[in-house]
Amino acid sequence: MRALRTPVGATGAGLLATVLLLAVLAPVAFGDGAAAVDTDNLLAGPSAEHWFGTDNAGRDLFLRVLVATRLSITLALLATAIAVLTGLVLGSLPWLLGPRLGRPVTALVNILVAFPGLLLVLSLATVFGVGARGAVLAIGFAGAPTFARLCQTLIAGIAARDYVAAAEIAGLGRIRILVRHVLPNVAEPLVVNATIGAGSALLAFAGLSFLGLGVQAPAYDWGRLMQDGLAGVYLHPLAALAPGIAVVIAGLAFNLTGEAVAGALGVTPVVGPRAWSVPARSTPARSPAQGEDLVLDVRDLAVAFPGPSAPVTPVRGVSLSLRSGEAVGIVGESGSGKSLTALAIAQLVEEPGRVTGEVTLCGTDLNDGGHHEDLLGTSLAVVFQDPMTSLNPAMRVGPQLAEVSRFHQSLGRRAALARAVDRLRAVRLRDPERAAQAYPFELSGGMRQRAMIGMGLMGTPRLIIADEPTTALDVTVQKQVLALLEDVRREHGTAILLISHDVSVIGEICDRVLVMYAGRIVEEIAAGDLHGDARHPYTRALVAAVPSMSTSRDEPLATIPGQPVDPAALPPGCAYAARCPLATDQCLSEEPALLDGVACWRAGDPLPMEQTKQVSV
Amino acid sequence: MSMRFEQVSVRFGRTQVLHEVSLEVPDGSIMGLVGESGSGKSTLARAAVGLVPVSTGRVLVDGVPAGRRSGVQMVFQDPYSSLDPRMSIGESIAEAIPGRTSKSERAGEVARLLRLVHLDPGRAGQRPGSLSGGQRQRVALARALAGRPQVLIADEITSALDVSVQGAVLNLVREMQRELGLSMLFISHNLAVVRYVADTVAVMSHGHIVEHGPAADVLENPSHRYTQELLAAVPGGTSNTLTKET
Repeated sequence: MRALRTPVGATGAGLLATVLLLAVLAPVAFGDGAAAVDTDNLLAGPSAEHWFGTDNAGRDLFLRVLVATRLSITLALLATAIAVLTGLVLGSLPWLLGPRLGRPVTALVNILVAFPGLLLVLSLATVFGVGARGAVLAIGFAGAPTFARLCQTLIAGIAARDYVAAAEIAGLGRIRILVRHVLPNVAEPLVVNATIGAGSALLAFAGLSFLGLGVQAPAYDWGRLMQDGLAGVYLHPLAALAPGIAVVIAGLAFNLTGEAVAGALGVTPVVGPRAWSVPARSTPARSPAQGEDLVLDVRDLAVAFPGPSAPVTPVRGVSLSLRSGEAVGIVGESGSGKSLTALAIAQLVEEPGRVTGEVTLCGTDLNDGGHHEDLLGTSLAVVFQDPMTSLNPAMRVGPQLAEVSRFHQSLGRRAALARAVDRLRAVRLRDPERAAQAYPFELSGGMRQRAMIGMGLMGTPRLIIADEPTTALDVTVQKQVLALLEDVRREHGTAILLISHDVSVIGEICDRVLVMYAGRIVEEIAAGDLHGDARHPYTRALVAAVPSMSTSRDEPLATIPGQPVDPAALPPGCAYAARCPLATDQCLSEEPALLDGVACWRAGDPLPMEQTKQVSV
Repeated sequence: MSMRFEQVSVRFGRTQVLHEVSLEVPDGSIMGLVGESGSGKSTLARAAVGLVPVSTGRVLVDGVPAGRRSGVQMVFQDPYSSLDPRMSIGESIAEAIPGRTSKSERAGEVARLLRLVHLDPGRAGQRPGSLSGGQRQRVALARALAGRPQVLIADEITSALDVSVQGAVLNLVREMQRELGLSMLFISHNLAVVRYVADTVAVMSHGHIVEHGPAADVLENPSHRYTQELLAAVPGGTSNTLTKET
């Protein structure tokens, strides 16, 4: 339980354990003491004998507060159980009944949620009658609409998953799917909210008992004790305050625990001690690429994240350079470090990741510790795979683009918006004025990606980094987006760094291709040489694995056996050796350096034919 | 067992997504279905397994109207959302085995299915979280096969996978189809992939089937303008015939 390691979590859990322990033990241990009548001390103040004083029958208030824990907690938990169960039923019904029959249930829940909670409790309490049972029902049912709404939302999210559809196709009934697939996957947030709900129920209960609507004498809970103590509040304030404090403590116990668990569920932890000191990896010393038109120059780039024992370096010793107007591709499987390389260049690696090495953009070293927002904002554009998540969904497209110019180029609102429309026209969106007024969800995937590129063109970018820009798009749209990037490059001399897992996409617009494996560049090759002249066995396997419009249908497709290496467990030798049909002992023990554009001990050697027959993933 | 769509129309509210689609997946062969996103490919697939209500027309499996448990199974695009993260892969597969069977029979069947998709039966107790995308897609395929389908629908099953894994899954699909004699509707936006697995191809645009026929005919001599556009957009060069035409 990570939640317990936070101060809030530890306090909450400690309090909760104490409260629950008291609820179980106090009536057994102090029950008699709390009922003992001391006629010599009626309504007495605090004393050594009676720490909180006594009530009108001379009973010890301290013990009574302790003993009242059980009833207070039990009633609060009962009310919470009613709220959660009713909420679950009401929340599941819309999905169980289907859209048509479910609609009235949803409407009912919506109406009930709109009622103020306290009003609902009070009116229900009068309906169900005065007394503990009535109060439990009142608080339980008053809490149900909130839970119903929560369940409905959570269930709707899970019900849209494909595994629910798969279960439906398999012929399972809805109730069975609900129990087997849906509820286990919504349990976590429900439990957290129920814990917090128990705290509120406790408070509500104390309130009802205090008003005389809840627990009736001779039974007593904290609320009842408060009411009893109220008469003498000016003489002996502690008689009313003590049970109140108990309510606060118990309420806090529930709420803090719930909050801590919720926090722990929502946050991904950093595991283990933070071991820093990035291992220095030697990379081949390359003479810095000369030329004033050098847009990007990256030397020995490494990205490290803290790991359990040593830092994990998903990107190691990457060097590359781009001239203006040049298009370079990076290919590799997922996990090869290609996207992280792009993020590191764009200065977008977040804590606790650490970037080392030199990144020089237009002659400025970005890793010198200074602030380069304006340079990055105007000279660099980044296009991601899913424009739906990289555009703000709550903001119209035009103003969103305009923000770039207002911020980095100090344009006025109107001028910036005009430029945004102009840029949307430049990326060939039909009717740019209308697109500027639209929200991202109103545009198609291809239009959003154009808008994203348009946003990059608000400045005068020297470099566009496009990370899988067309993976989510249809082939026809993909072609248009690639053509657009090509046009930008030709018209403005913008350099393009295109990242993709698909060799054929890279081949469309790139001059040079960098092949990444396990965080390193393993081959640098002219795009035209990919088919036929690649030397690294990984590059060749990657090219062969993609079916083209001329692949033979009579043979199985070439596959790459095994799985990519885990950056936390890099082998001593070549990272690809375990999957490579050419691997020798040297490959397993010594890591080849990137020499003459390829990092392989057996570069260019003929591949055995068996490789194409491999079928395992 | 063939699957036939007869004049199938599907509406969501006022939007008509499918317009009187008629299509036949011939017995024991793979029909590829291509088209842009939003063209209605997935809706057609979901209509076939009853996840989407058909407003007019009908779907016949071997001449009988399709319904739940009618021998049609489906494999989904996203291997990360198509398996319940809280269930072991063995349980997920076992759930799809029809009829009442004993525990040991189920375990045996799960092991057989896992072997069929080239996964170690010893992994049946693992959760999907410990599997790679390609392995999950194999599990999803095993689950679909557990229902002993006569028709299998594969909806973009490789588009969420790395190209290096895609090949292995495609090989497996063809192997399964040959060994089990399945009829299959293979949906993909990737024409090279469809060309590799499919015997016949149908092209969908805006809820209409605009062209269909043997794969070689459709992909090498497309008659509809939209098919020609699709082919021209394939990255890494077009098919030979097309370059000749232009």
